[in-house]
Amino acid sequence: MSAHGLTGPSLRLDRLPRRRRVNRVMEMLAWLAAAIAVAILGVVIWSVASKGASELNLDLLTKPPIPFSFTNAPQGLSNAFAGTLVIVALATAMALPIGILVAIYLNEFAPPPVRAGLGLALDVLAGVPAIVVGIFVYGLLVVGGGGQSGVKGAFALATLMLPFVARTTAEVLGLVPDSLREASLGLGVPRWRTTLSIVLPRAAGGILTGTVLAVARVAGETAPLLFTSSLVGPQTSWNPLHALQTVPLAIFELSESADPKDHARAWAAALVLLLFILFASLTARWLATRTARKLAGR
Amino acid sequence: MASVDVTHPARRPFTGRRVHLGDVLLQTVAALASAGATALVLLIAWKVFDGARPSISRFGLSFVWHAVWNPVVGREAYGAGSFLFGTAITSFFALLFATPLAIGIALFLTELAPRAVRGPVTALVETLAAVPSVVIGLWGILVLGPALRSYIEKWLHAAFGFIPLFGSPSAAGASLFTAIVVLAIMILPIVSSISRELFLGVPRELKEGALALGTTRWEMIRGVVFPYARGGIAAALILGLGRAMGEAIAVTQVVGGGVFVHWNLFSQGDTLASKIASEYQGATSNLDQASLVYLGAILLVLSLVANVTAQWIVRRVARRHGVARGGHA
Repeated sequence: MSAHGLTGPSLRLDRLPRRRRVNRVMEMLAWLAAAIAVAILGVVIWSVASKGASELNLDLLTKPPIPFSFTNAPQGLSNAFAGTLVIVALATAMALPIGILVAIYLNEFAPPPVRAGLGLALDVLAGVPAIVVGIFVYGLLVVGGGGQSGVKGAFALATLMLPFVARTTAEVLGLVPDSLREASLGLGVPRWRTTLSIVLPRAAGGILTGTVLAVARVAGETAPLLFTSSLVGPQTSWNPLHALQTVPLAIFELSESADPKDHARAWAAALVLLLFILFASLTARWLATRTARKLAGR
Repeated sequence: MASVDVTHPARRPFTGRRVHLGDVLLQTVAALASAGATALVLLIAWKVFDGARPSISRFGLSFVWHAVWNPVVGREAYGAGSFLFGTAITSFFALLFATPLAIGIALFLTELAPRAVRGPVTALVETLAAVPSVVIGLWGILVLGPALRSYIEKWLHAAFGFIPLFGSPSAAGASLFTAIVVLAIMILPIVSSISRELFLGVPRELKEGALALGTTRWEMIRGVVFPYARGGIAAALILGLGRAMGEAIAVTQVVGGGVFVHWNLFSQGDTLASKIASEYQGATSNLDQASLVYLGAILLVLSLVANVTAQWIVRRVARRHGVARGGHA
């Protein structure tokens, strides 16, 4: 191909109608591609909403499931919702402080070669498939140490969250202007105090955005919990030392059931999960624009 | 917002090079956390290979290509061949479907879309990325699978049945083809958002220069945008491939399962990730469990190779163009 095909012969004027036609077709294909993507999202959300709405009621959140029953007694997935709340909260509590510390080191302290190495490690960690994280935690904590539990599931989710939180936090810390650090250091404030009291508060909005996105992301994760917190009964438990049911896992199990009533509850749970994730994404977006305005306005 | 009272008399100026305990403390704690994160990567690799050891020592490397999975005690034989095949065929076709769509979306968003459409469509595509895989899988098994089987698979089989890929559809909705479509949907937003960033990074002068030569918009894209973004797109595709290979849940829900090596996309199969996920209720023996972990080890190696290659390409391209990082893995 001669110089990317932008030479004289390919731009001949007598071919212009044909060239315009090709252009027209390609533009239409791009429009079509975007339309397809939006349509897919529309169909998925519409399916979940229309099939989940009938079972979406308070029973879903407050009543436990009744396994192997053909009764019409109201049942829900209260065990799954409780478990997801506990496990995601614990995972956030583990990943957030460590992630922020890693970001502080990455952005404020690390010499360049260490920074490159740490960045690579975070990228690699982010690339480990969720199911592999599951069998890692299974091998590390479950096999030798007393079986599954909510804490172990939370650890698996935290492993997925960590590189995400660290990366987004480091990015936000990088946006804090150096003049702020210099002003603070110039006034004789020690480095640690500058980092914790000047830089970190300034980046708090961005860190919050990243955290909300990370929570939205792991709340829907199933694979890391399969081997770490999945063998559960129908009773609702808040004790993270026992294996806890979670919403994604409940959807996974119900989707493979043959009973249409189970499917209905799976759709309803999926609807709740989806609403939560949409709400979290919108919140994150709102936070991000607010933070950007605040950073620019001052 | 907490602030430091810098006028406090105790904060004497000109304390000079005094080493603050707080500095040492914060730096140490932060460095420890970073060392921990790095160690976690090594720990994952070690633990996964350690867990697979009984199977590795029994079957060696030939495990990788043997297509057999027999947990019957006394006649145990395990191999990853069929799952590796399933992973390869599903991720390859998923990438094949997703690539043109993703690039089309990225072109639409950067070159064509009116301002009023651009923001919403970008947000919608990002929302697609946020839908959990278990929800896509639920939709895949209950809506997409049956629809594909009764319309598209049946029609393709009738029209092009002489091609081995389009064999007779399986009785249930589960098929490799459903898994391919589900995977394509899942990697679509990743590839398109990275491509979009790459296209945004193409210098305006280059594009305007091409248009000033009298090119049509498509000729400008082919002549300027694509060559400029080529390396980055390769990296985006590899990242998408890594994602497709590692996806367990949605594939488990729609792929059906089984130890098969066949080219019939409309029949069921299994991938490395989906085989592991489908056995979570408990392995039958130690060897069984170790063999599952061995599958995980293969998967880990594949996705690490994909990831590091993609990062390497991104870095090389960034150095050449001086553009910002192409994407977040």
